[in-house]
Amino acid sequence: MSILEGKRQGSLNLVDAVKVMRRGTFYVFESRMRVQAKWWKQILLGQMANPVLYLMSVGVGVSAMISKNSGSNAIDGVTYLTFLAPALLASAAIQSAMDETIWPTMEGFRWHKTFFAMNATPLTGNQIGIGIFISALVRTLSSILIYFLILIPFHALPSGKAWLAIPAALFAGASFGAMMLAVAAYAEKADVMFVIINRFVIMPLFLFSGTFYPLNTLPMAVRWIGWFSPLWHATELGRYFTYGHSIPGSTLLFHFVFLLIPIIVGLTLALRRFTFRLAR
Amino acid sequence: MSEELIIARGLTKRYGDFVAVDNIDFTVSRGESFGFLGPNGAGKSTTMRIISSTLQRTSGEISILGKDPNEHGPQIRAHLGVVPQQDHLDNQLTVAENLYIYGRYFGLSKKFIRPKVDELLEFAQLEEKRDVKVEALSGGMKRRLTIARALVSEPEILMLDEPTTGLDPQARHILWDRLFRLKEQGVTLLITTHYMDEAEQLCNRLIVMDKGKIMAEDSPLELIKKYSTKEVLEVRFGSGRNDQVADQLRQMCDRIEVLPDRILMYADDGEALLEEVTAKHLKPLTSLVRRSSLEDVFLRLTGRSLIE
Repeated sequence: MSILEGKRQGSLNLVDAVKVMRRGTFYVFESRMRVQAKWWKQILLGQMANPVLYLMSVGVGVSAMISKNSGSNAIDGVTYLTFLAPALLASAAIQSAMDETIWPTMEGFRWHKTFFAMNATPLTGNQIGIGIFISALVRTLSSILIYFLILIPFHALPSGKAWLAIPAALFAGASFGAMMLAVAAYAEKADVMFVIINRFVIMPLFLFSGTFYPLNTLPMAVRWIGWFSPLWHATELGRYFTYGHSIPGSTLLFHFVFLLIPIIVGLTLALRRFTFRLAR
Repeated sequence: MSEELIIARGLTKRYGDFVAVDNIDFTVSRGESFGFLGPNGAGKSTTMRIISSTLQRTSGEISILGKDPNEHGPQIRAHLGVVPQQDHLDNQLTVAENLYIYGRYFGLSKKFIRPKVDELLEFAQLEEKRDVKVEALSGGMKRRLTIARALVSEPEILMLDEPTTGLDPQARHILWDRLFRLKEQGVTLLITTHYMDEAEQLCNRLIVMDKGKIMAEDSPLELIKKYSTKEVLEVRFGSGRNDQVADQLRQMCDRIEVLPDRILMYADDGEALLEEVTAKHLKPLTSLVRRSSLEDVFLRLTGRSLIE
């Protein structure tokens, strides 16, 4: 049609660079959402099956055993399921945030180099990086919401302020997401790096962040791991909101700051590396 | 009316000690089909990336559509269509979706893009593959899709980096036909290639590059006139004898090139030269008279063959 017949308007009339400079991040976000939408069945299934299985086995099973042996409010004055729920919520958030930052970045820089095609348009490295990050947060939020809804029938959210555990978990996801965005941006050769990170960073953090028992029951030799883990900080905040776990006001702020630092550091490093790699 | 879209003066790109692009000058005017011919590593792709405003030069000046890419990258890229050497398509999306999202990256409206996608699918002869995932396409189809994608914003300049490398002859000819139509419409084309036939087919004017430098610049026809004879006689004597007869052959024409497998003899009348060779009872195993090509120009300029 017009391409073959030669009726051209031309990009000088069609493309508004200033508009793309303003809205580019949204266009990247939009295309990521389109890819995520392709996988919605798998994503939804994973996001529902995981919590249900976890809550059934650990939450209900272990909870019943603890109640039988030590009374129903043995840990932090609540049932084990109530104690565990905020940690699971934050863990699910972290998993989603990692999936949606690591793989799109590897795809974009290494596997099909789609970021280079994006950068051949008016889009910049910063816009691409932030667009990926925001789309990861949307997926993370959806994971958290699904998890939260599943927790309701399990009676694991006694406080009226329990919904505030949702932003707390989102912060945990954002922390890990930003860090992983940076790691993926720096990962030039070894995909195996993510296997190592999973095994030696993520797994220990999951196990030593006061997820399954209060952090202060651990000896000092490993307790410090939790202090540096965004998961612990988010879990503490989550417990504060879902059942009124006691945290003094200044410590609340401390938890919040510890969640914020990885976001700022991770994003700064990631965006610098995005720009550098595209312009090399 | 010759509006200059790209002006480069003393353009240089260094990576540490290695000089990828070495102090080159060129100008591309609107509607031209401009080629960069040279072997791998000549600096063609680096030059293309500087023009595509994603790679910063080390020194020299370049202006594209009147702007400096170091300062106005996004504004320049808004008017370029880039076909990279590897396709960089989104394999998770369908053919039509790839075109659609690319249009969005230029900030184009959904209303504009939807009919545009249909047009582009027709242009790329991919209508039947519309809802197929990119993964399932052949190399030639992916290449056509990449070109279609670069056209979604109706760019002022279409840049093609090695457009037909790795394609079979039939796929190459389909692609050349599409590019030829764009050229007829006055789209400014920038093409890098190490195929001399591609450069001859598609380019009005080209620069021959080697080791980051420009060796020559003109239309394909003028380059051949300037640096080669009208015809070339190719003779083979078998690997052992090529060297022995070279001296005798050298006396029969202005220039010969001894290649590992054959000898090229340059003359305006190849048949007459062949008769002369036969008259001297040199008896080549095979012989072939052909017209001079850009390959011969390159050989003359650099002493090396284009495809190594």
